[in-house]
Amino acid sequence: MNELLNIGLIYSTVRTATPLLLAALGGLYSERAGVINIALEGLMLVGAFTAAVVTHYTHSPWIGLTAAIAAGVLIAAIHAVLCISFKAQQVVSGMAINILLIGVPALLSGAFFESTGATPQIPLHELLQYAPVVIAFALVPVTWYVLYRTPFGLRLRAVGENPEAADAAGVSVTRIRYAGVLLSGALAAIGGAYLSIGQSSLFTRNMTAGRGFIALAALIFGKWRPVQTMLACLLFGLAEALATQMQGVVRVPVQFIQIIPYVLTMIVLAGFIGLSRAPRAIGIPYQKEK
Amino acid sequence: MLELRNITKRFGAVLANDHVNIKVKSGTIHAIVGENGAGKSTAMRIAYGFYTADEGEIIVDGQPRRIETPHDAIALGIGMVHQHFMLIEPMTVTENIVLGAEPGGAVALDLTKAAERIRKLSEEFRLAIDPHATIEHLSVGQQQRVELLKALYREAQLLILDEPTAVLAPQEVEELFAILRRMRAQGKTVVIITHKLDEVLAISDEVTVMRDGRVVGELQTSATNAAELARMMVGRDVLLRIEKPQAKPDSTVLSVEHLTVTARDGTQRLKGVSFQVRAAEIVGIAGVEGNGQTELIEALAGLIPHAQMSGRMEYLGRDIAPLDARSRRELGIAHIPEDRHRRGLLLDFDLKENSVLGVHYRPPVAVSLGSVLLDDGAIRKRTERIIEDFDVRPANPDLPARSLSGGNQQKLIIGREFVLQPKLLLVAQPTRGVDIGAIEFIHRKLVRLRDEGCAVLLVSAELEEVTALADRLLIIHDGEIVGEVDPTIATLEEIGLLMTGGKEQ
Repeated sequence: MNELLNIGLIYSTVRTATPLLLAALGGLYSERAGVINIALEGLMLVGAFTAAVVTHYTHSPWIGLTAAIAAGVLIAAIHAVLCISFKAQQVVSGMAINILLIGVPALLSGAFFESTGATPQIPLHELLQYAPVVIAFALVPVTWYVLYRTPFGLRLRAVGENPEAADAAGVSVTRIRYAGVLLSGALAAIGGAYLSIGQSSLFTRNMTAGRGFIALAALIFGKWRPVQTMLACLLFGLAEALATQMQGVVRVPVQFIQIIPYVLTMIVLAGFIGLSRAPRAIGIPYQKEK
Repeated sequence: MLELRNITKRFGAVLANDHVNIKVKSGTIHAIVGENGAGKSTAMRIAYGFYTADEGEIIVDGQPRRIETPHDAIALGIGMVHQHFMLIEPMTVTENIVLGAEPGGAVALDLTKAAERIRKLSEEFRLAIDPHATIEHLSVGQQQRVELLKALYREAQLLILDEPTAVLAPQEVEELFAILRRMRAQGKTVVIITHKLDEVLAISDEVTVMRDGRVVGELQTSATNAAELARMMVGRDVLLRIEKPQAKPDSTVLSVEHLTVTARDGTQRLKGVSFQVRAAEIVGIAGVEGNGQTELIEALAGLIPHAQMSGRMEYLGRDIAPLDARSRRELGIAHIPEDRHRRGLLLDFDLKENSVLGVHYRPPVAVSLGSVLLDDGAIRKRTERIIEDFDVRPANPDLPARSLSGGNQQKLIIGREFVLQPKLLLVAQPTRGVDIGAIEFIHRKLVRLRDEGCAVLLVSAELEEVTALADRLLIIHDGEIVGEVDPTIATLEEIGLLMTGGKEQ
């Protein structure tokens, strides 16, 4: 086993944790404001697809990343309008977005590239291999500061815990919740972009493979707090990195190794979900008194 | 300071405020009294900008003002402490207070300075609140003081308190009143909404009485008394004392012998209690709350697992210990629980559904094919009968129970249990959180049920209520019956002494 624990493992842990961390931090802004964001998976997919397509045409990964953020915000806006303005069931809206984003990239890549879901290869020098990693980990202290040291953060937490009290104090519940959900779209999309124009060099169909849900699990495991959420993401990242390294080394069918991150997710959710205290108003649309 | 002129507010078809005029003088404590639903809270919520009036104007310090949001009210120096606190539990006192008016710029929240100001305010009014404490670790009384601080921090000159004593223990009420007097001494104006007359008399300088959305009286507190206020509130003479004929007890209905209840944590909540209740008598249980009353009622109602009990419970000569709650109800035992929200009602269900809880599985409510279908017509008829006989308002079977006031919720539960024509009624805290008109109504219904031959076991934390209603009074202390007195003879001091275990205080 010793050859498994090396610098390479640390490096690959950080790399695999990066998209999870971006999505989880995005989810944190949304859920601390009281809006369940199960759409992280779909938001990552839209980010991954947009980044790959735009980078392919413009040859600039930065333009690709910017476009991915814009697309993520746009899709998150659908979730926000449904959940906040129209008080829809948040889980239903999130699932609808996830299903939508499995289909749409396949359709569009068929139209653009005559493929069944993949985009063309992007050359190595046009990839963003490091920037998203830096962004992700830099966002941890930034998020902590925003949450606990700015008026916006105080209002965000207030709105997620007790929107009536926030409203009575003169805080616009709607505005803060929109901000939270849109931010989650932007961050999850960066996470997705990193998958397509960072870790690999093209978009493939359903390439997130459940990472949005794993990010959600990390957020719950991390008790909706930035630092703990990062640690949870690193744990899941380690599981995936180990699984990758074990393939070919350990004499177990490869499928059993590949399920490690998912099994870990289930164990964590089953074992720890009761121990974390969710924002109290999570999932409940806010109805103002007349 | 504050004047409401000709304020009218409608909610749908309901006229909540009908040309209401209220004048609050600067530097006074002004009470607004009325029964639940009289429109007191509505009027004050209009003054605070939670609702906007359909007609009328608000005058603050001599100037007509538009108050459309709480923000406007705060800017004019008006603060409000709501009946349900507007606090965020996992946050600190300081965070709660600054929320919405945060000091410092957009990127830097300056809580240190705010905490210092809050500490000073807390000292000035002797509120004893630590600015760094987390709300969920504070008692209800302390949380209320945080709400006061919130208003003071925003430099409120006028404080509106909506039923502030409803959640407080008696000594906390005293503390609150002391704080309010200090505020008055500092030149603040206080408006207190309540339906408790003794509190009005104890704290206020002036009082406005409301009934059915209208102002029916404006008085100097020093020139009035409880009877006059009660008459104005209810619109007729109110018996503050219950009149009841002598009981004519019949044969024994309930016989309890050496009943013990052991809680899950192993502590004995009832330590061998024995007593009897006969037909056509009300047996009262007096005691400081938490001395086993809850367990006694729940044990008799079948809500405590058999394994946690020992002793005998005989009902009409039959051992009911092994029976579950449903079987006991079928034998004619009705139960009015102490906590109507937890045990009594499904708040989001409508009055129809709540009216048939406990009989929902049998005719005439459930019909056909071995009672698998609910008969909506029969349910509606039953509900309408309860609503009429027990004066439940508003009289609309389709409303959710949540939308009723506490008194009307209680009347619905009482009606539901009374139509079962029980032979034994277990009733706990029948008038908790209920306004005086309804209290009198409930008391009369209980006495009438007794006179029809029902055995009634009554538990109440209101000593005056049990002494007035009960024909025999048992005193419970630490899970034991420590005495029986004749409520017509015993003094409150005597009973109080037994309640504390006979120890002088």
